[in-house]
Amino acid sequence: MKAFEYAAPESEQEVLELLSAQRGRTEVLAGGTDLIGLMKKMLVTPDRVVSLGRVDSLKTIDADSQGARIGAMVTLEDLLDHPLSQDYPALQQAIRAIHSLQLQAQGTLGGELCQRPRCWYFRGGQGLLAERGRAVAEGDNRYHAIFGNTGPAKFVCPSRLAPALIALSASVRILGPDAGDETTAPLEFLFRTPKDERQREHNLEPNQFVAQILLPPPDGRTSASYEVQHGSGPDYPLVAAAASLAMRGGVVAEARIVLGQVAPMPWLSREAAESIVGSPVNDASAEAAGDAAVSVATPLANNQYKVQLARVAVKRALLLAAGLETGGF
Amino acid sequence: MVEYVWPDRANSSVLGGSHDKIDSSAKCTGAAKYSYDINPDKVLLARVLGCPHAHCKLKSLDIGAAEKVKGVVAVHAIHKAGDELNWHGDLIACVVGETEGAVAEGLAAIRADYEQLDVFVNDEDLAAAEAAKRTSKSGGKVQLKREPGDNEDKKEFEEKEFGRLFKEAAAVVEGRYGIHAITHMCLEPHGSTCEWTDGKLTAHLSTQAVSSSAGGYSALKVTADDVTVHCDYIGGGFGSKFAVDTWGLLAAQLSRDLGRPVKLMLDRDLELKNGGSRPSGFAEVKVGADSEGVITVWDSHHWSAGGVGGAPVGQDVVPYVIVPPNYRRRVTNVKINTAPVRAWRAPNHPQGCAMSQTAVDDVAAKLGLDSYDVFMRNLVNVPKERAAVYAEEMKIAAKLMDWKAKWHSHGRGPAQGSIVSGLGMAIHTWQGGGHPSSCLVKIHPDGGVETFLASQDLGTGTRTVIAIVLAETFGLPISAIKVNIGSSKYPASGPSGGSTTVAGVSESNRRAGEDALVQLNELVAKKLQVEPNVLVAKNGRIQDQGNPSKSLSWKEACSLLGMNPLEVKGRGAPGPKSKLSSSGVAGVQMAEVAVDRETGVVKMKKFVAVQDMGLVVNHKTAESQIYGAMIMGIAYALFEERIMDPKSGAFLNAEVADYRLPRLGDIGELVVQLYEPDAERSRGVIGLGEPPVISPGAAISNAVCNALGLRVPVLPITPKRVVDTLKARNA
Repeated sequence: MKAFEYAAPESEQEVLELLSAQRGRTEVLAGGTDLIGLMKKMLVTPDRVVSLGRVDSLKTIDADSQGARIGAMVTLEDLLDHPLSQDYPALQQAIRAIHSLQLQAQGTLGGELCQRPRCWYFRGGQGLLAERGRAVAEGDNRYHAIFGNTGPAKFVCPSRLAPALIALSASVRILGPDAGDETTAPLEFLFRTPKDERQREHNLEPNQFVAQILLPPPDGRTSASYEVQHGSGPDYPLVAAAASLAMRGGVVAEARIVLGQVAPMPWLSREAAESIVGSPVNDASAEAAGDAAVSVATPLANNQYKVQLARVAVKRALLLAAGLETGGF
Repeated sequence: MVEYVWPDRANSSVLGGSHDKIDSSAKCTGAAKYSYDINPDKVLLARVLGCPHAHCKLKSLDIGAAEKVKGVVAVHAIHKAGDELNWHGDLIACVVGETEGAVAEGLAAIRADYEQLDVFVNDEDLAAAEAAKRTSKSGGKVQLKREPGDNEDKKEFEEKEFGRLFKEAAAVVEGRYGIHAITHMCLEPHGSTCEWTDGKLTAHLSTQAVSSSAGGYSALKVTADDVTVHCDYIGGGFGSKFAVDTWGLLAAQLSRDLGRPVKLMLDRDLELKNGGSRPSGFAEVKVGADSEGVITVWDSHHWSAGGVGGAPVGQDVVPYVIVPPNYRRRVTNVKINTAPVRAWRAPNHPQGCAMSQTAVDDVAAKLGLDSYDVFMRNLVNVPKERAAVYAEEMKIAAKLMDWKAKWHSHGRGPAQGSIVSGLGMAIHTWQGGGHPSSCLVKIHPDGGVETFLASQDLGTGTRTVIAIVLAETFGLPISAIKVNIGSSKYPASGPSGGSTTVAGVSESNRRAGEDALVQLNELVAKKLQVEPNVLVAKNGRIQDQGNPSKSLSWKEACSLLGMNPLEVKGRGAPGPKSKLSSSGVAGVQMAEVAVDRETGVVKMKKFVAVQDMGLVVNHKTAESQIYGAMIMGIAYALFEERIMDPKSGAFLNAEVADYRLPRLGDIGELVVQLYEPDAERSRGVIGLGEPPVISPGAAISNAVCNALGLRVPVLPITPKRVVDTLKARNA
């Protein structure tokens, strides 16, 4: 780890003052479960680490008839323990699926969304787009992207909450670059697929940070998350899917279906949503939605199996959202 | 002349009981200090730079900038320009500094240029290895019941004979099986903290070989008498920590050069890249069997990679345990750019078992027979002296598993949704004879008892076993015995490898204890005015066996020693003549799994192990040893593998976060049954570390095969491999 200056401001404005406009000079510290590892491996080498730990305005959960507003520094455990999480089953299930008390207790909502990819070429120091994608394409890509991977970015977005939150139509409130600047946008806007090594995988300027996540009221929607996990530990899932459904008259009126661990961004599947809208949720319609989701998959040499897992994850998330059995683990 | 024997069951007080480890409290509270915990005053920290390429020539190495980093005390080049580096993570240079931060910055400031050379790491693909000229023949063996006629060409006869045997077989199975390389993944990485005082070295070394490691510093022109190797607790070795190693010598050298203690423990990624791995094994097997499933002929070709300079899986473990009268085995070595492999718990046996007993199970599948029956019938093909033990253990295991009630033909079980269940089994063997061990037992005039030996406790309960042996010998409670191990200054005792420790240290301590008791009894006999040979040590007293009222308490007896403690040296003498220890065990395991056919996820439902080990010194630690082995087996059967980048040769998952291992929720129900009838108990103590880790791969693979009705050929059986295998069948 490179020696660095540590700043622990107490207000949002002070945070902005301490963040550099130059990429890499400063890093934002939330729970630290990812950043510390990145710094130890010197994959990021900030001169200054700006902790959000003392900014109280980032630690609150407010809910009313307009929806919920969750601070970026709320820990996953606190979010899970809050009565609010019961209104958003997809989110609740996604947090529970992180089978690590440590990660739940230490990890924060904002940090979970802003964690860096697990791609082993990136973690091995070869950059996010290692050899402009060739390292992944010609290497071992068993855990890499099966969607949105035709450019140089072939890593998968590691966030385990983003699919649920995006399915639930969450927005993100971003502060900066200057004091008083703020942007509120659909959460999917936070993510991007970088095209060159100067870009990161988040739409954040170096002197911006995530302050809150906003959730619309559930309004009778049902939702669920399903992760295909190799084992029962805290390891990242192989594939994940989240679904949020508005049912009218026994059929799906609106659907948002988002896959995780399959693309450089959380993968909002319009194909799956179009497939299920207008149908009741049952084994056949859920399976058809899974098929539709993977109809646009572009697997790499070693990850064809993830297409099957994605198909199943979509199917099972839909069945769970409808309160049905999945028939699997 | 003392006859060194164990008391029988009825006359044992603590021997063969179920006792907590005597150091469990120290371990649970953190009072136990591992090598990694040793931080002497003014210690300097050292870390090593690993090579970023899998095969290259070092063109230049510039450590100048690193030396100038604030807080860096020294930079040592391990390699020089022109050297060839053969694996990702090979050690290039070492930085010593005052703080972790300074060392990290120092490492980052080292400048090196490399010329990249050809890389090959794909040990699974034999054709690719051959095309890359990375293979070499590594022997083999042909065994046929019939011999060629005088005028017959041997080769032609063999071909003809194998042709005939396969033609006459009721069933012929051809399969491809394999098991990937795994790393040792010691929780405590390799390394040491070294300090010098007046030209004498103290090395706090994480080691499985306290005694012999003192002689491991000769490259520094220091003899073993000037070295103390110290290791009270070790966080995992599994066969990878027998040597001082490059990094151990480096810590000692740098400490001497700099005049301060130096701590060098490998980083996690360099630990995985250098600290030890188990060789892979892949095989093409053709088996012929009669209509009952008894194997009559075997023909196999297996290949394996041992890394640069390491020994791959040899020929003698294929076929494994079940060896038909006619067989042919060939072996090819594949040369890949990885660090040399190291011994891994039961070296080569897990691979041999996984490449062989899967084929035995495929015979059952092909004939539509119950795998249990096929394994039972194939006991005609196991060494005669163990066949009956296997049969008994199989019966016990089957009962514990409820095998007959749960059994269904391969692929014919009922599905619940997308989930199918299956059963599988495997059998194994190991020697486990004791290693040479000496000890010094001291009985103090105040009644205190302690023993000294340069052994080590890998976490498996060696301290506890030693205490039990002496407690039994002296008729004392276990807590009355102080066990001193972990220093090379104590009497020499063998390294802990190959399941040799328990038999070794039990031998030396029992002998020393019995000898000491003879001497003590002479004093007591005089005092009680009885013959020494009527005395027994029991319940904290030394008493006349026929007249227990004639007795002295242990303390009273010891007070007869006078001023000085009684010191008796014990020397183990394992071998055929010893009644205290023996070697050679069997062992049976049965697995029940559930498989989600849609996702390929495999879950352990139940896992049964029945294991003999001669005389069981401590049931609790013995069972614990087996639980650990089963969990380790589940790990390599379903989760862990070293993943190498086919293009660059980089070790891709050399981090805990990326190296998948099972967690408690993945283990299912474990059932352990020790098999210790009088016939086994009377053989004496036999080591247990290795045998129970051998069968899991084959047993679990067979259970998955039984569930799915098709073989997932290569371990670990990950969701990817299951889905890919199902897809290949459906295509």
